[in-house]
Amino acid sequence: MQTVKMVVTGPFSAGKTEFIQSVSEIDVVATERRISNAAERSVKEATTVAMDFGRITVDEDLVLYLFGTPGQKRFDFMWEILSEGMLGFIVMVDSTRPETFREARSILETFRAYAPTPYVVAANKQDKEDAWDLEDMRHALRLESSVKFLPCVANDKNTVKSVLLELLYGIIAEMDKKS
Amino acid sequence: MALRGNLRDFTITQLLNLINLAQKTGTLVVDGPSEQAYISFREGKLAYARVGQEDGTLATVLHKANRLTVNQYRAIVERAGNITDKELGLLLINSGYLTQEEILANLQGYFTEVVRRLFTWVEGFFRFEADMMPPTDRINVRLDLENIIIEGSRQLREWEQLQDEIPSLEMALKFTDRPLKNVNLSVEEWRVVSFINPKNTMKQIAQTNKMSDVEVRRVVYGLLQAGLIEIVRPEGMVVQQHPSTFPTQDKEEQKSLVNKLIGRIRSL
Repeated sequence: MQTVKMVVTGPFSAGKTEFIQSVSEIDVVATERRISNAAERSVKEATTVAMDFGRITVDEDLVLYLFGTPGQKRFDFMWEILSEGMLGFIVMVDSTRPETFREARSILETFRAYAPTPYVVAANKQDKEDAWDLEDMRHALRLESSVKFLPCVANDKNTVKSVLLELLYGIIAEMDKKS
Repeated sequence: MALRGNLRDFTITQLLNLINLAQKTGTLVVDGPSEQAYISFREGKLAYARVGQEDGTLATVLHKANRLTVNQYRAIVERAGNITDKELGLLLINSGYLTQEEILANLQGYFTEVVRRLFTWVEGFFRFEADMMPPTDRINVRLDLENIIIEGSRQLREWEQLQDEIPSLEMALKFTDRPLKNVNLSVEEWRVVSFINPKNTMKQIAQTNKMSDVEVRRVVYGLLQAGLIEIVRPEGMVVQQHPSTFPTQDKEEQKSLVNKLIGRIRSL
């Protein structure tokens, strides 16, 4: 059995667990804990402290694993471990919470430094009324025009599929460039 | 228990706060990334500071502050022999060249500057030597630590923010399409700008310019905010693909595997 992995990262409460849940064929193995910090608890009740783990079986010989990183900064020691050997990574950003954009930028830069693998950035919660426009977010996140920046709704399978496909197209393009 | 430890666990600001509150007397010795610093205190107040190879004598301090010309400084170093700082201070005051307040203000400024430099040290070890005091021939000051602590906390917050914005100095920089025209840059910024090239990492730029990590991050952050540069992966960097990224090393098989993944995701 051959396995490959992709990493879904992003700030606390960006929608990483939901994203993986939308396409995983198994119930996501999530290590969630109740949040003790009052400010964070006002955003959501539980958070991923180790990692999420989803699976998509391609055929009898090939399986894709999706790993979600813990969003809280104090667990960032896990990021490098999870990024080892990844095919590519997705940075999730909550379009309705501009206060997390700076952290998203920092996470993106950290992952870019870990590995020269292709990546895409997904603007989650684009269905919400208070979501920022993609163009404004691109500026706020300081994304170059060549970086794929995609609208997404983490619990909508179709948009999640689009994000994963764009990442895979990026991986193919990178391979073509090298050969 | 001995007051000693690692700067990663206990910051300089926290140490100063402790020394201030406990009104400690002695010398804090800090082994930093490339040099050693000695900061002395009397009853919780800053008395003296010295860093690295700098001799920190009164003549050097006054020369650095442009209170002594190069010729005056040379004359003191070459001809005055073993004159102590206290003796030199008295001579300058008696000759009406400087007042006692001016001498103390210059020393305070220099010692504060030494402590400020320590705020950028995030790696290293410290120990507090209660029995160690500055050499007796040096002039001591009596400076409250509160303002220095506040400034240090401010710098620490800045450092944390810069660290968030630019987490890795192993990345390179390149100019954006915006022309670098009519932009007023400081000397420090020009020094960085002149080495901006996708082949140079920020770490290399800092080393070439003898800048600390914080200093280079501060300049890069300003240029990023102004939209003049962007962070890129270093050009020509030999990056080994992690062996476990693909289950096979054959390029065609790798491509076929990704195409299989594409097919599967589409069918979900």
